[in-house]
Amino acid sequence: MARVRIENLKKYFGEVKALDGITLEIEDGEFLVLLGPSGCGKTTLLRSVSGLESVTSGKIFFNDRDVTNLQPKDRNISMVFQSYAVWPHMKVRDNIGYPMKIKGHSKEEIEKRVKWAANMLNISELLDRYPSQLSGGQRQRVAVARAIVLNPAVLLMDEPLSNLDALLRVKMRSELKKLQEELGVTTIYVTHDQVEAMTMGDRIAVMNRGKLQQVGTASEIYHKPVNMFVAGFIGSPQMNFLRAKTVSDGAKTILKGHGVDIPISSDPGLEEVVVGIRPEHIGLGKGEVSFEATVFFIEKLMSSTIIHATLEDGKEIVSMIPGDHEFKNGEKVTMSFSTEKIHLFDPKTERRIET
Amino acid sequence: MLKKVFFWIAVILIAVWFLTPIVMIFLAAFTPAEDYYNPHRIIPSHLTFEHLYKLLFLLDGWKSIIISVEVALIAIGLSFLIGLPAGYAMARYKFKGKRAINLTILLTRSIPLIVVAVPLIVIYMKVGLSDTVLGVALAHTAMILPFVVLITSSIFSGISVEYEEAGMVFGLTHFQSFVKITLPLALPGLAASAIYSFIMSWNEVFVASILTLTNRTLPAHILNTAMASPDYFKFAAGVMMAVPAMIFIFFTRKYLISMWGISLK
Repeated sequence: MARVRIENLKKYFGEVKALDGITLEIEDGEFLVLLGPSGCGKTTLLRSVSGLESVTSGKIFFNDRDVTNLQPKDRNISMVFQSYAVWPHMKVRDNIGYPMKIKGHSKEEIEKRVKWAANMLNISELLDRYPSQLSGGQRQRVAVARAIVLNPAVLLMDEPLSNLDALLRVKMRSELKKLQEELGVTTIYVTHDQVEAMTMGDRIAVMNRGKLQQVGTASEIYHKPVNMFVAGFIGSPQMNFLRAKTVSDGAKTILKGHGVDIPISSDPGLEEVVVGIRPEHIGLGKGEVSFEATVFFIEKLMSSTIIHATLEDGKEIVSMIPGDHEFKNGEKVTMSFSTEKIHLFDPKTERRIET
Repeated sequence: MLKKVFFWIAVILIAVWFLTPIVMIFLAAFTPAEDYYNPHRIIPSHLTFEHLYKLLFLLDGWKSIIISVEVALIAIGLSFLIGLPAGYAMARYKFKGKRAINLTILLTRSIPLIVVAVPLIVIYMKVGLSDTVLGVALAHTAMILPFVVLITSSIFSGISVEYEEAGMVFGLTHFQSFVKITLPLALPGLAASAIYSFIMSWNEVFVASILTLTNRTLPAHILNTAMASPDYFKFAAGVMMAVPAMIFIFFTRKYLISMWGISLK
């Protein structure tokens, strides 16, 4: 068990800044998810913590021990790889027990812990098989069992569910989360899947272009995204962004853009702003802020319907409403949203404006 | 039905095409001299080991077999000592000039050894390596090394780097992880390329003939002695050359396929 502290970590591959000054603290026993698009540096950050990647500058501490320049084997970490990396020339039993064998534990102790770990992952009956005789899901369980057999200080997971089919992924998601809570092991989990991030992480660290964008709980990141990147990356379908001009007549302030007028209570202090509104917050019918839109495409998920429509000046807007609805292409609909649900951003810095 | 018939005709034709010369060599090698020169006999009246015996013991064939094996083992040892790390680096690391090096290695395969042999013997005479086992072994190393680098690099790139990284995460150093994780996984392919290297060295005749006078490898020895002997001696020599290679291939054909299989990825 350990608290992980990362200080101003940088990793350059030639001109490419894979990590550009990451500072992050992970509490003891916390489940932290690194979330971001491909190439954002999340895997590089994980590999830097593991020691498989050396860093250009900055420091990594486990509790108060500086591990920045230690070899992976001296960091007391374990890892679940994307490809599972279950050694094909060893039986499941030997795969799980190998970390203990390397560290010189006695045979009885290894046997005991292997049984315990296999039991945790429900793979007791597979111990005498070779990995080639296992399915992808079973191999993954072996990889996790191997990772927990030795009470690591930090458990690292690199997109462990991305190679599983959709059904199994949902099942493993909750199982892994439960397992982590039971063991209380500090965990860093890399994924590009926001559903995984939302459901599993105690906190989520959103990354882009080698920089941390926002670190917070799922709720904080969803309700108070700090910039347009986080706002657009979290949530599906993506948040609508409308450019609007601020018109103030002293008593009240109205944001005007794309033919939609949004009255707000406090002046953002900028002539122009970007208004963000999530599709699930735009409903049908009249409301606080209403507007007309022309439907051009719908996606029916049955539990909900995603409406793609255009505003009067041609700007596309997406709405998601619960239930199964039918629309014709070209049909005119009235939509509305509540001003409580909008997010304001500075168009130049793309940062959130608090109102 | 017709398809099946054609299939079997094709199978028989191909088998006959490849096996006839081998059968004829073996037959001639064990045919007594008087039967061999009798135009009315194809199948010999009895088989004899006389030619093989003479070749092996009266003409020092056994000595050149030992030299051949020595040369091959030294050449394989040296090529793997240098070639394995090179192949690993080619497979696992990105570095400046990697493509150029790769291409250069490939190019050396296109230079016939015979071209190198004459300058080589001049150098060997100066440094005292001419007519030595080590001299031939070094020349064969030059021939085998590029092959070992290219093949091992493709074998290593066929083994996921994550296996090795997992070893490092769970308590091994990089080198230990290579030895305990990657090497066992690469072993079938490495064994196959070692055997292939052995056969390359075993069959090589030009350089071995030029670089030695008394310490001749088997093919060089045969070229020198059997060419001046009656035909049945030549065939017996052919058998001596072919049998070890055939035995090797027979026992390792599975690995040979895996070697080329991996390299085709």
